[in-house]
Amino acid sequence: MQHYTMNLTLKVWRQKNANDSGHFETYPVKDISSEMSFLEMIDVLNEQLIKDGKEPIAFDHDCREGICGMCSMYINGRPHGPWQHNTTCQLHMRAYNDGDTIVVEPWRANAFPVIKDLMVDRSAFDRIIQAGGYISVNTGNAVDANATPIEKDKADDAFAAAACIGCGACVAACKNSSAMLFVGAKVSHLALLPQGSPERKNRALNMVAQMDKEGFGACTNTGACEAVCPKGISIENIARLNREYMMAGLSDDK
Amino acid sequence: MKWSDLFTSSVGKKWIMGLTGIFLILFLVVHVGLNACIFAMDGGVMFNKAAHFMGSNAVPRILEIGLFAGIILHMIQGWLLELSNRSARKKGYAVPMGNKGSKWYSRSMGLLGTLLFLFLVMHISHFWVPSRITGLDPVMIDGKEYHDLYGEMLQVFQGNLLIVVLYVLGCFALAWHLLHGFQSAFRTLGLTNGRYIALVESAGLLFSILIPLVFALMPVSMYLGWIK
Repeated sequence: MQHYTMNLTLKVWRQKNANDSGHFETYPVKDISSEMSFLEMIDVLNEQLIKDGKEPIAFDHDCREGICGMCSMYINGRPHGPWQHNTTCQLHMRAYNDGDTIVVEPWRANAFPVIKDLMVDRSAFDRIIQAGGYISVNTGNAVDANATPIEKDKADDAFAAAACIGCGACVAACKNSSAMLFVGAKVSHLALLPQGSPERKNRALNMVAQMDKEGFGACTNTGACEAVCPKGISIENIARLNREYMMAGLSDDK
Repeated sequence: MKWSDLFTSSVGKKWIMGLTGIFLILFLVVHVGLNACIFAMDGGVMFNKAAHFMGSNAVPRILEIGLFAGIILHMIQGWLLELSNRSARKKGYAVPMGNKGSKWYSRSMGLLGTLLFLFLVMHISHFWVPSRITGLDPVMIDGKEYHDLYGEMLQVFQGNLLIVVLYVLGCFALAWHLLHGFQSAFRTLGLTNGRYIALVESAGLLFSILIPLVFALMPVSMYLGWIK
């Protein structure tokens, strides 16, 4: 693809802290290369803001390789921008043309309160994982990886679910701010494997209980989560979570 | 885990929506099947007999109580879920996501359900109230007296364009509600893995078109005089 440069108008959500009501600020950015990533374009804008003695835009990022789940940004009405199966850090400026206006907002959900500007607090996801997104293994020598046979199809499905990077785009896209795709992926990834089986009941029950406690909405199967998921996590994981949860609840001993 | 905790969790509430939804889907099959007797072109003999059975036999009368309970539970739970889901995002987006990733009717189940509720108020006052409470004119079939529910249908629909239009709009609301609700109910109950998903989705599509279409044909055929 031919390289080109562009001038853009950015409308970015600015919010000093969690208590500030926040507002949109408009910034013109000039000579942006089509080869830049979206975050590099924000870096360029921040350099300019610092040079002008203004507060740079706070945003989350880490690996910039699309695998860590730190970057967020709701860009022109879609989490992670216009590309499919893509994170904001892997969105490149060739997605835009000279003269475009781009509106950038933080993830919106009560369970993801804004920390500053485009950064939101996603520790609700950590607490859901702490409630059951693990297997308990006694210490000692590591067990041989091939000691437990696993059906190939199951291993593939578990791997596909484990691809979830916990970025929260599913919550940001959902009209109900539901975290069911995230929890569905985490429950499925372990429920499909023999290692996850011993704790499967408590896992499903406790993770859903924590999810409700954090203030996420209920799932209405609209499919918006699956459409924006950078890792293409299937909505079938939600159906599996629904099944896991109810089977666990109905057969619980307590 | 306590039963109350199980069915008041977000997943439990959705299970109630799914179970009552599938129950109401089954009711639609019975309802459309019985009503289709008007297409027998026999002046309503078969239809009145069928309606008589539904009104006099103990089994459908008991199921009727279950039906009202199911509808009320589905409505109240649906509205409560809609409210709590809406309040999970106090500050919304400046640029809405719109149809990027989901269909409008899948996001509008609360609205479509409310329209169906308004339709039901009208529909119940047209037919259920006269059948069970205020009374219908008698008609003689094979020397036996029946309630003339068929006559009531003709009276409601013939020459009454506004009512016919409202019924057809009700059928559209039902079609959109089913188009999402049918497959969503199965997803909520966790029944859509692998080879089932195509079956559920195609059955849902067929059901959502066929059932409302046959329902809509009833007032339309009576209004246009196709059946008398």
